[in-house]
Amino acid sequence: MIEVQDLHKSFGTQKVLDGVSFKIEKGETVMLVGRSGCGKSVLLKQLAGLMSPDSGNVLIAGENLCSKTERQLLIVRRRFGVLFQGAALFDSMTVEENISFLLRREGKLSAKEISDRVNEVLAVVQLPGTGHKKPSELSGGMRKRVGLARAIIYRPEIMLYDEPTTGLDPVVSDSIDKMIHRIAREFNVTSIVVTHDIRSMRRVGERIILLANGKIYADDTPENIFSSKDTMIHNFVNGVSDDKEIDF
Amino acid sequence: MSLLLTRLHSGLLQLGEIALLATDVVKSLFQSRPRLSELVEHTYFIGVKSQSVVLITGGFTGMVLAAQAYFQFHTVGMDTAVLALVSVSMNSELGPVLTGLMVAGRVGAAIAAELGTMRVTEQIDALRTLATHPVDYLVTPRVIAGIVAMPLLAAEAVVVGIAAAYVISVSLMNIDAAYGVQNMLYYSSVAKTLHGLIKAAIFGALIGLIGSYKGLNCRDGAEGVGRATTEAVVTISISILISNFFLTLLLTKLMPP
Repeated sequence: MIEVQDLHKSFGTQKVLDGVSFKIEKGETVMLVGRSGCGKSVLLKQLAGLMSPDSGNVLIAGENLCSKTERQLLIVRRRFGVLFQGAALFDSMTVEENISFLLRREGKLSAKEISDRVNEVLAVVQLPGTGHKKPSELSGGMRKRVGLARAIIYRPEIMLYDEPTTGLDPVVSDSIDKMIHRIAREFNVTSIVVTHDIRSMRRVGERIILLANGKIYADDTPENIFSSKDTMIHNFVNGVSDDKEIDF
Repeated sequence: MSLLLTRLHSGLLQLGEIALLATDVVKSLFQSRPRLSELVEHTYFIGVKSQSVVLITGGFTGMVLAAQAYFQFHTVGMDTAVLALVSVSMNSELGPVLTGLMVAGRVGAAIAAELGTMRVTEQIDALRTLATHPVDYLVTPRVIAGIVAMPLLAAEAVVVGIAAAYVISVSLMNIDAAYGVQNMLYYSSVAKTLHGLIKAAIFGALIGLIGSYKGLNCRDGAEGVGRATTEAVVTISISILISNFFLTLLLTKLMPP
């Protein structure tokens, strides 16, 4: 379903991705983890075609995103749903207008059908009756759930989540994790979740890819990652800092 | 010297990027027609919401121009030429340029700030993931709205300016209304009015285009949005003043008064 081939990306002299390659099968849920600044979000943006790599390929069902123009990418992106770190809701629109944005622009469905679809996804993300609210009236967790509703209304084949639980309390984080799990199961969606959240890694992932220094350091099941004796992996999953890092 | 070359390079680079954005807008017109509701919304924002600014600018410019012209013309007994001077100046130069500068401050800044905020909060990336080209949804409707609204605003500024000049010329300076208006009509021409309207339409496109360009290329969070907004107003204002000179030469050549 998704194949990343030898991806390289630098910003100035800083090499963010240094030859990243992996494959993800249809219906798989993969956690993309690593320390801050290791290139997880950059990789996610390249998977969605939002950023071009310096070299390498991203294949979605055999289609190479890196050889497409922005207008061609718009068609490929209909397969994706993306939940952004800050939800990226359109401030000037209500929740309902945010969720139904593309359906309204396409103009294929009647107002009644669009409204039904919006209510349906609002029920999935457990926010019924909030359609009239503006994003500024919502809490962080609610905004994320509206972002999720906006992403799933088109029934995407692939869901990309950029730090879906960052900044949320443990209970809301758990509810978001359950939704990611439910969406993956019910809609048979291929999911890629960028996260720092160790609990989410345990709860959601079927496979964990650990990035370090722009390369894939580990690619394994959660069980093997959490029981790894490798110092770097052990320190990451247990949140242990190096002595050098407190030497300020 | 190297700083000057860097600035020149950066300026030329920006000019090239704005030209590419303009070609994207033209492509967008053919590939994804803008929606009427979006055009109406932006035209309302640029046109209707700029009324007070344009009325005050047009009115007071007309009055001060009439007063200054009277002070000079009165010494040589040409009082009745005051309205002619106001009309010619307002129609082809002051009307479109001052309206452009005022709308640049209000609308250009607002466009840059709105799109810049969307950029730094990933709303533009969100648009792209919703299979919507940012140029189609954000830039093209604003450019078209600018092209539609600016000539109307400039015409309004000209009419208000001439009316204000008429009032103070006749009531305060005791200029003969009939001769004043006759002279005004004699020296004014349709071509000059058209020059002004065409210039205003081009300034409207510049406001939409440069405001959007600065917003779409905004970086560095809140500070970046502030910088984009300031740069948008400065760049649009300078572009209006420079392009006005070349447009005057070109339009006079193409449509002599």
